[in-house]
Amino acid sequence: MNVLRRIGLSLFAPVLAVVVAVLISSAVMAALQVNPLRVFEIMVDFGDTPSQQVTALVVVLNRAVPLFLAGLAVAIAFRMGLFNIGVEGQYRLATILAAGAGAAVALPGPLHVLLIVVVAMVVAAIWAGIVAVLKVTRGVSEVISSIMLNVIALGVASFLLTGPLRGSPEGASIIATADIPESGWMPSLNGVFGLLGLANPPRQLYGFLVVAVVVGVLIGVLLNRTRFGFDLRAAGLSPSAASASGVDSRGMVIKTMLLSGAVAGLIGMPDLLGSTHSYTTDFTSGLGFLGIAVALLGRNKPVGIALGALLFAFLDRSLVPLQIQDFPASVVTIIQGTIVLAVVVANEVVRRVARRSAERGSATGAAVAGDGSTGPGQAASGAASIGGGADGGEGTGAGESRTTGAGQRSDERQETGA
Amino acid sequence: MKAAALLLAGSMALAACASDEPAGGSGGGGGGGAEAGGEDLRIGLAFDTGGRGDRSFNDAAVAGLEAAKEEHGGEFRDISPNADASNRADLLTQLADEGYNPIIAVGFAYGEVIGDVVEQYPDTTFAIIDSSAAEVGADNLTGLLFSEEQGSFLAGVAAATKSETGHIGFVGGVETPLIQKFEAGYVAGAQAVNPQIIIDRQYISPAGDFTGFNDPARGKLVAQGMYEAGADIVYHAAGGSGQGVFEAAADAGARAIGVDSDQYQTVGDPRLQAVILTSMLKRVDTAVSSFIDSYVDGSVEGGADITYDLEQDGVGLATSGGFIDDIQDTVDDYRQQIIDGEIEVPTTP
Repeated sequence: MNVLRRIGLSLFAPVLAVVVAVLISSAVMAALQVNPLRVFEIMVDFGDTPSQQVTALVVVLNRAVPLFLAGLAVAIAFRMGLFNIGVEGQYRLATILAAGAGAAVALPGPLHVLLIVVVAMVVAAIWAGIVAVLKVTRGVSEVISSIMLNVIALGVASFLLTGPLRGSPEGASIIATADIPESGWMPSLNGVFGLLGLANPPRQLYGFLVVAVVVGVLIGVLLNRTRFGFDLRAAGLSPSAASASGVDSRGMVIKTMLLSGAVAGLIGMPDLLGSTHSYTTDFTSGLGFLGIAVALLGRNKPVGIALGALLFAFLDRSLVPLQIQDFPASVVTIIQGTIVLAVVVANEVVRRVARRSAERGSATGAAVAGDGSTGPGQAASGAASIGGGADGGEGTGAGESRTTGAGQRSDERQETGA
Repeated sequence: MKAAALLLAGSMALAACASDEPAGGSGGGGGGGAEAGGEDLRIGLAFDTGGRGDRSFNDAAVAGLEAAKEEHGGEFRDISPNADASNRADLLTQLADEGYNPIIAVGFAYGEVIGDVVEQYPDTTFAIIDSSAAEVGADNLTGLLFSEEQGSFLAGVAAATKSETGHIGFVGGVETPLIQKFEAGYVAGAQAVNPQIIIDRQYISPAGDFTGFNDPARGKLVAQGMYEAGADIVYHAAGGSGQGVFEAAADAGARAIGVDSDQYQTVGDPRLQAVILTSMLKRVDTAVSSFIDSYVDGSVEGGADITYDLEQDGVGLATSGGFIDDIQDTVDDYRQQIIDGEIEVPTTP
């Protein structure tokens, strides 16, 4: 019974969110005199020929891989109550240095790829580590410092690209680092299509997809099945309670940010290893910010983030066919926005339902004191402490519920400021 | 998950067969090789970031399409990339899949992806603006290039001649080699008139961050700083951010020089119109419409670049508003010297 309830509740929120988002965006479209049914039809139309359909699938998956990694990086920090907005700067800086390192050396295949990936992870982890060190030593809010570090990272990346790491000839319209030699490329997964008896599309499916899945599984295990993960979630739920029971919360802040940063370093890898083979002025930007939305959508759980990333990638792909059929591209932006909003609201609704049943089930009401606020403030604090997990009622079906940020965050600040 | 997605793809293929074409949409079918010069001209245009409505570069391309449509009939479809422009290749392949031909990629950023796309669609004719086709070397791709430095040289001449403070400015959108060509020409032109002139030069965003082309607020901030420092004319090569430069000029009671389109005509606000001394015209419209003309004639050579310079009026200064009528002789004089090769305009600052 409990298990059923739990599954029901955890499915209820995302389903509710998507339904609400579809209804709201349909209403908006109708108001704009756009036929919503036709829009949804175009969105799910992957093309006429098998080759086009598989290409569309590849486009969605290739887009989903970096989004998933970005969501994961953000979620690791979220689970501990840290808001790592710096993912954007972390991956941009990591990617350009990894591209530079990869172009500078020649190693046999797998080692070369490994080197590039390790450089990216280390650089991003160090960049995220700065945020953590500032937080535990000086009490600087990670939100502020990571935003600032984003700006610095972009500037440094731009300096490196136009200066020391420039590999493109003078006067070329796109500035790029030197190309990584072929031993540092990641083979595509297009062979899989042959095995499945599908058309082999001209587009290459990123081999990094496999790495992303492995990383997702590892992070899932780490967070849910290890002492480290337990400490992390505990410190996220209540830093003071965690340190009272022997968790070194300062150490946890540093470890979590390093881990979050290391995963952030992977975001640029699918594109770098799979298609561009160099960092250019056009390298995909903004994935770090999209990752925040994806993590929110996926409720900070690897499987949820994967679904969220696929949904975003799917919506993103539909931008082109919609425009070709003369629909405004803003329709997709509206849907993406409403989905994120709906998820925040739905999470809140489910949290309350779960809490009420938890209160009824046992008398542990104390755990949820002081969160009667509503409205935008609620949504904002929900976002800030999306760290999630149970608020004292894990066994009673409240596994998906959230504590509000306000209370625990001030705890944390006192702690770190002291 | 993959299985689910495949299932989705499969069922949607069925749905696609059953669907009716929307009124006013594409004329159905026709997928593969559309013949050149057919009765139904269907032109695809893929924008760069900023998209339609920048009243500058992208809109100039649309103006060219409108002109071509006027002349040859048919229809065109213009589409913009997603926010991070990671789907540029998809824009081109989807247009090709839908049977649009020719397809014009607007902006040098397409240079990175267009090589693969033209190979994949050998029967479709492509053109790319601001990027060289020669290095790609495919027969079905033409590069449409401009000598921005020559036009910017004249803008520099106009600014230096008109400046009362001996202090002018340049606002670049993004610090890329393309925009540096504008800067180099402008500086050379201003110094040709007045070697002692002070020229403030600033870019809104560094290389790799494309927000500088579409951020009027920061454009305004940068220009404001220049006007406060004593500049009285600022030239912008910043796409949609130029709007902010004009606003700063209007607030400071100073003047600005527009770019790409004749911005006196396109800015759409009499208050801002009054500050636009002139615009450095980059005739993207001419390039687009004459490319389509030659496509219709069947005379596209492909595999080569067409460079639009001062001599063929591919670049130049706009005279709308009549603010530079009194110095037209000076400007024409320099123009002739550039055409005759007496002045060699640098392309890098």
